[in-house]
Amino acid sequence: MRIGISVALAACIAIGSTAVASAQTVKLGVVDTYSGPFAAVGELLDRGIRLYVKQHEKDLPPGVKLEVIRRDDTGPNPEVAKRMAQELITRDRVQLLAGTVYTPNALAIAPLATEAKVPFVVMNAGTAMITTKSPYIARVSFTMWQSSYPLGGWAVKNGLKKVFTAVTDYGPGIDAEAAFTKGFTDAGGQIVGSVHMPLQNPDYVPFMQRAKDANPDAVFVFVPGGKDATSIMKVFGDLGLKAAGIKMIGPGDISTDEELANMGDVALGVVTAFHYSAAAERVANQEFVKAYKAEYGADQEPAFEVIGGYDGMAAIFHVIIEQRGKIDPDRTMELLRGWKNANSPRGPIMIDPDTRDIVQNEYLRRIEKVNGRLANVEFETIPMVKDPWKEINKQK
Amino acid sequence: MEALTSILFHGLAYAMVLYIVSVGLAVTMGLMGFVNLAHGVFAMAGGYVTVTLMNGYGVPFGLALLAAFIITALISVVLERTLYARLYGASELDQVLFTIGLIFMSVAAVRYLWGPLPQPVHLPAMLSGQVDLGFRSFPTYRSFMILVGFVLIALLWLLVERTNFGAQLRAAVDNRRMAESIGIDTRRLFSCAFALGSGLAALGGGLGADILAIYPGYASEYLVYFLMVVAIGGLGSLRGPFVAALLLGIGDTACKYLVPQLGAFFVFAAMIALLLWRPAGVFGRA
Repeated sequence: MRIGISVALAACIAIGSTAVASAQTVKLGVVDTYSGPFAAVGELLDRGIRLYVKQHEKDLPPGVKLEVIRRDDTGPNPEVAKRMAQELITRDRVQLLAGTVYTPNALAIAPLATEAKVPFVVMNAGTAMITTKSPYIARVSFTMWQSSYPLGGWAVKNGLKKVFTAVTDYGPGIDAEAAFTKGFTDAGGQIVGSVHMPLQNPDYVPFMQRAKDANPDAVFVFVPGGKDATSIMKVFGDLGLKAAGIKMIGPGDISTDEELANMGDVALGVVTAFHYSAAAERVANQEFVKAYKAEYGADQEPAFEVIGGYDGMAAIFHVIIEQRGKIDPDRTMELLRGWKNANSPRGPIMIDPDTRDIVQNEYLRRIEKVNGRLANVEFETIPMVKDPWKEINKQK
Repeated sequence: MEALTSILFHGLAYAMVLYIVSVGLAVTMGLMGFVNLAHGVFAMAGGYVTVTLMNGYGVPFGLALLAAFIITALISVVLERTLYARLYGASELDQVLFTIGLIFMSVAAVRYLWGPLPQPVHLPAMLSGQVDLGFRSFPTYRSFMILVGFVLIALLWLLVERTNFGAQLRAAVDNRRMAESIGIDTRRLFSCAFALGSGLAALGGGLGADILAIYPGYASEYLVYFLMVVAIGGLGSLRGPFVAALLLGIGDTACKYLVPQLGAFFVFAAMIALLLWRPAGVFGRA
């Protein structure tokens, strides 16, 4: 009896391994937000993934197939994200993980990536310390420090000496505030007041009024994109801050490309620092925007979440092609360290070999009217910015 | 002083948005006693009808609002006759489960039809910019909201207190069996009241679209504010929700301005305190 079982087991194992060897299917588990109030953002990320796969599936080595298994984390819910990643690893036996719009979700998955040795490509979540939480994480998106820290220096250089900061009271907001304040005060600027705004907040009047009372040269704002960005922009105009000559600056989250049309002319002149604008004139970007519109509709504009998904897939395709579909976790991380793409729609990008975090250009953009539509027009480039948070904390 | 006027003004405008959207809930939940958590669905429907007519067909703002009122009221009558009416005598838990289900269905339906992103709102030129009131200027749109809020409360008061319909409605709410035995058709009456409540929600959704953004999550995200207005105001009263909306709107704005560190907690603390003091709401009938 016992012999029978062992023979059967051995047979199963043998069948299992030959199946893997012949089909060479790479399983990629994606944890993203597909339902709930934040599904819009998750959809953008997934569009990037789908578009890249559609364009480049033919580039995979012969016999190698990619299977993308999607799981819904329903929003900023770390416990759901963790459960989904666990399922992907143990039940679906994925060899690679990717996704997460939100920082808490990425942090919940990090220990699983380490334990199971499954490389995890972070496609959006932007809190600086995420990549330090597992040696199997590489990030292709951005960090909050990358945009807000250089913006501080730029503000002082351009005559904005007194700034009021208003940020949403959660991880990325606090990161943005800290980064800007550091960059700004180091360059000699003065913070004349700051306020943390609740995540659920229908009306921004009280906070903008406080900002106006402080009489600053500019207000540094961070809100998590979407309708909140439009709301705060409208209040900024309604309360007469714009009329009083106060500027609005911030990371690109407050002027996401898909939301510009909703904002109206009050947004003209707002300066943001960010790694991607749909209006950028690089050839790679123009081709990308064209392909995006052909796929999702002429009135659609790609946003930074799309780029995260798109470039993330580029990195994943790189490791699959290099290993001819036989994914080894440590070899994968080796391939991701120092991976470069000179022709991303956002410009040249690289994964820092030391920190496994993205290195990319930051663009200063001003909202202007282009062909009758509002657009983030890039006017200055800060080349190849490494995550300043890691740079600063390394020196200590 | 300047800041104070500004806070009062904007708090008032915010209060009016809350009031216009919530007053319909005061009618369905407060007068008819139905726990209608799906109230926001009708407000959202009104918002979508308004922006779709304006952006897609160039319909003027006022006309689009009227259409939103009528279309949503009609849809709500259909829902009331086919679904809500079955649960009039049911337990509160059944009503809650049913209306929560409606919210989920509406989120999916709206996402399917209009996509996940917030709808762009382009106000008519007349309502954008600032209006000069002599001593200082205020944003036109928000001034308009305040005006509409006051007009609406006057009309509603007239309707409920001074018309035959209002008298019948009050009678049916106080004692449905007695009202029926003196020949009032309460079934028709409740259909009308429900349509009115939903129509008002739609009006609020359309009018407030520039402040409470129209997107698929609308019905669930703002639900807590509508419920607070009605809970603090007290069931069975139209004056209560008005006072409650004022308190929440101005209180919330002032508190976030004065003590931003605690700002978000004020409305909830105020609600707990008020409900401890008067569990049936400030103007509620125990």
